[in-house]
Amino acid sequence: MSDTLDVVLRLLAVFVAFLVLPLVVGQTEHKVMAHMQGRLGPMYAGGFHGWAQLVADGVKFAQKEDVVPAGADRRIFQMAPAVALLPYLLVLLAIPVGPGNAVGQTVDAGIFFVLAVMGVGVLGSLMAGWASANKFSLLGGIRTAGQLIAYELPMLLAAASVAMAAGTVSLPGIVDAFHWWWVPWQIVGAVVFFVAGLAELQRPPFDMPVADSEIIFGAYTEYTGLRFALFLLSEYAGIVVLCGLTTVLFLGGWHGPFGADGMGWLWTLLKTAVLAFVVIWLRVTYPRLREDQLQKLAWTVLIPLALAQIALTGVVKVVTQ
Amino acid sequence: MTGTGTGTVSATATLAANADAHGFLSPTGVEIVFLLVGLVTLGAAVVTVTTRQLVHAALWLVVALGGLAVEYLLLTAEFIAWVQVLIYVGSVVVLLLFGLMLTKAPIGRSPDADSGNRWAALGVAVAAAAALVWVVADAFRTTWIGLDGDAPQGTTKVSGEILFRHWVLPFEALSVLLLAALVGAVVLSRKKSAAKQSPVKKSREGAQR
Repeated sequence: MSDTLDVVLRLLAVFVAFLVLPLVVGQTEHKVMAHMQGRLGPMYAGGFHGWAQLVADGVKFAQKEDVVPAGADRRIFQMAPAVALLPYLLVLLAIPVGPGNAVGQTVDAGIFFVLAVMGVGVLGSLMAGWASANKFSLLGGIRTAGQLIAYELPMLLAAASVAMAAGTVSLPGIVDAFHWWWVPWQIVGAVVFFVAGLAELQRPPFDMPVADSEIIFGAYTEYTGLRFALFLLSEYAGIVVLCGLTTVLFLGGWHGPFGADGMGWLWTLLKTAVLAFVVIWLRVTYPRLREDQLQKLAWTVLIPLALAQIALTGVVKVVTQ
Repeated sequence: MTGTGTGTVSATATLAANADAHGFLSPTGVEIVFLLVGLVTLGAAVVTVTTRQLVHAALWLVVALGGLAVEYLLLTAEFIAWVQVLIYVGSVVVLLLFGLMLTKAPIGRSPDADSGNRWAALGVAVAAAAALVWVVADAFRTTWIGLDGDAPQGTTKVSGEILFRHWVLPFEALSVLLLAALVGAVVLSRKKSAAKQSPVKKSREGAQR
């Protein structure tokens, strides 16, 4: 009985984190962007700094009519938001937040699990892009696919480097093996992983697939109401997952700088939050990359860097053994 | 993880030990699930090749490949399962969809989605399936592989050790083959780059990557 209760509690905790963290990131994005760009934005809803605006937005989305275009492929159009969102929930299950077994579910080949499932999420965008029967959506879908193909490889290679360094592919195992000097050792891989992850999430400056000033909103152009909100939510869930993964793989997860492991989960959350801030910061700071620049960055910069990182990891690993 | 150096031998020993304890007529829960998932996978595969809607075919292929990954999971081959999802669902199907979108696959039925070769294709498929089933059935006969022993046979560690000790030569030969395909794709795309490059070519180039 206690086993069942344990599983239920874990699933519940992951589900609550899945519901809360993306919204926190979304609200932070509103506020950080507003302050960085010197504009107030909504300040009155709820009183203090307009904190209830997000709730109001949610209510607004829920009230809107759910429109399916007449020419669309109805079933695939309606299924797409779920396909985009659910993989991130599954990934969140496998990310360890603290030492011991503070993880939703221990997965033996954790790295492969998270990267594989994250890749599936992009199918949602592709389905949406094709099924909308809209030129802008189709363009967005094509760009999404091109971007995924280009950036999946450097992300995998960077993750492979950490797996080599730790000698395991399990996520808790990698954090267990972490030492502080891994940060300078794996820094190139970390940057490649983070940048490739940003591109996979289609976050600015890699938001060519949803470029609102040229193709409206890419694959999501035809979506309204709750389904559109689900796509937005999947973007923020993606940010949480990416930052959590970067923390776990490259920044030592629950290891604090002073060796204080008692509050491990707090360190994980803190590092994740800082990375999420960086994601928002990049959005405000950099202009959008052109499609050819995107492809060029992946194939000519990130992949060679990731390969060099793997070589370095291999050399250090052999020398120190 | 004892005797991983002689993985196959120890596996056979386990088989012999477990063969008596199990019968084919009293299936366990996992076996029933395995069979059901297998049926779903087979059904999705059949729909993939029979549907007239191109993009639906690609999405049914996702179901079929995903079903296969679940089968691997049920056989405790976790690593293989995730690689299956990563490579096939995450990359190959995305490439397929990319190609379909570039060639503007219509919504609804494609009039030319049917091939005149379908009877020949069916013959080849049935022959290939029969050969595979016969070989596998003949190779293992009534041997029984226990999955819930203390040494799971599909963990990353076991897969890695078997792959890089017993099967390292085929593995390297395959890598060379893939490298050759990669170089070939680069050469082909270089030659054509002066002339007009068709979108289909591009997606093929990616597929070999």
